[in-house]
Amino acid sequence: QGKFTLLRDTRTDGSFLVHHFLSFYLRAGCKVCFVALLQSFSHYSIVAQKLGVNLTAAKERGQLVFLEGLKSCLDLVFGEEEEQPGQPSPLQFLSESSCDLRALFDFVRASLSAPDSGAWKGPVLLVDDLSVLLSLGATPVAVLDFIHYCRVCLCSQL
Amino acid sequence: LVFTEEDKYALYSSLLFKYFLAEGIVCGHDLFVASAKEHPDNILKELPAPLLDDTSGKELGDEAAALKSEDFQDSMKIAWRYQNLPKMETSPASYTKFGHYYDVSKKMPPELIQSIKFHSFYLHEELSSQPKMKTCNMNDAYARLLQSLQRIISQGGFDGSDPQRKQKNVLRIGIQGLGSPLWGDDICCSDAPEDVHSLTKFLYVLRGLLRKSLSACIVTVPAHLIQNKAIMERVTNLSDLVVGLESFIGSERETNPLYKDYHGLVHVHQIPRLNSLICDVSDTKDLAFRLKRKLFTIE
Repeated sequence: QGKFTLLRDTRTDGSFLVHHFLSFYLRAGCKVCFVALLQSFSHYSIVAQKLGVNLTAAKERGQLVFLEGLKSCLDLVFGEEEEQPGQPSPLQFLSESSCDLRALFDFVRASLSAPDSGAWKGPVLLVDDLSVLLSLGATPVAVLDFIHYCRVCLCSQL
Repeated sequence: LVFTEEDKYALYSSLLFKYFLAEGIVCGHDLFVASAKEHPDNILKELPAPLLDDTSGKELGDEAAALKSEDFQDSMKIAWRYQNLPKMETSPASYTKFGHYYDVSKKMPPELIQSIKFHSFYLHEELSSQPKMKTCNMNDAYARLLQSLQRIISQGGFDGSDPQRKQKNVLRIGIQGLGSPLWGDDICCSDAPEDVHSLTKFLYVLRGLLRKSLSACIVTVPAHLIQNKAIMERVTNLSDLVVGLESFIGSERETNPLYKDYHGLVHVHQIPRLNSLICDVSDTKDLAFRLKRKLFTIE
């Protein structure tokens, strides 16, 4: 609890750790917010099934909040409707000239402080992965700020 | 696939690009070819002819059926399982399940090319239309390409948006020379380019499009011109399969006796890990290629 873990892989593939932590915390009964930027929902879901966890069921019972970055990005880029004023896309920074990740942080905070959160053990935030944010134009400073805000938000809840 | 073109002449990478497209034609897939350098119609004319003899060529119907029955929910960004597999055996017979063989010295017959639906995007002919999407500070050419791709995917029902459509088909996408100045991108021009993010933004949106449709895509990039390492790392991260070709033309390896039978090296930088916990890394990491009169082989 109160821990910030950075997974870093060099010249190898460390993505199995993401699957491990996801299923580990879900099985432990934690409320999980997963900012999944790199792969689609069905990829994580299929692997989670092999590890004995059902992501769809976890979503339905409110234990898992899943942000599918690839899909949100498509909605943002090709979507025609104006978003409702109170509900900006978590990936708002893509279409604006300001590259801060405020909308993404608001999404995380809202997910993990929803009224039902008392039903679950400790909140967990998983992000896969940060370099996608850089690829999409967020500045390194913005990413660091985002991490900082998330740490403060999650650790202060405990 | 992010595919690095080799040193100077882009000879071998364009050959592999053509193999990918040729396989699509033989399997009956729809094709989408985009280029800023040469007109896609001309690229099609240069495709190698398939070897459709008894042992190596299965009926087109069988091949197409085998591919469709796979779970394409998460279509790979590239499909790389074809004729360049024979690392150990050279007889085609044992690899009939993995695609077709081609004769590089002959051209694909026009009747075969016309048997499939072909969409082309030649940048210089597309400059008139206005993209309707949010460009997100992306380079204009890339935005137009994405717009065009999204339109074809949705109109062609590749994303399942048309439930009436019974016959599902695969869309094979080939994009040539991405990142080069011909696309209006300056990442190949200096190590501190002004527009660092257009290519990676493009690739991310492309990835999203591929994931939600029955399509596979090959992209060739003149990576030897991109001096900014961070960009190449991000590009690799955003791709499923990354292969680099290094030709010996003009390099000191040309005279090295170890490489005398070959024309270049194949570097596999990354392999896909879709729907699985970990990927299957093969033991053989040293690959070289050679182009004979009829056949391109990787050993």
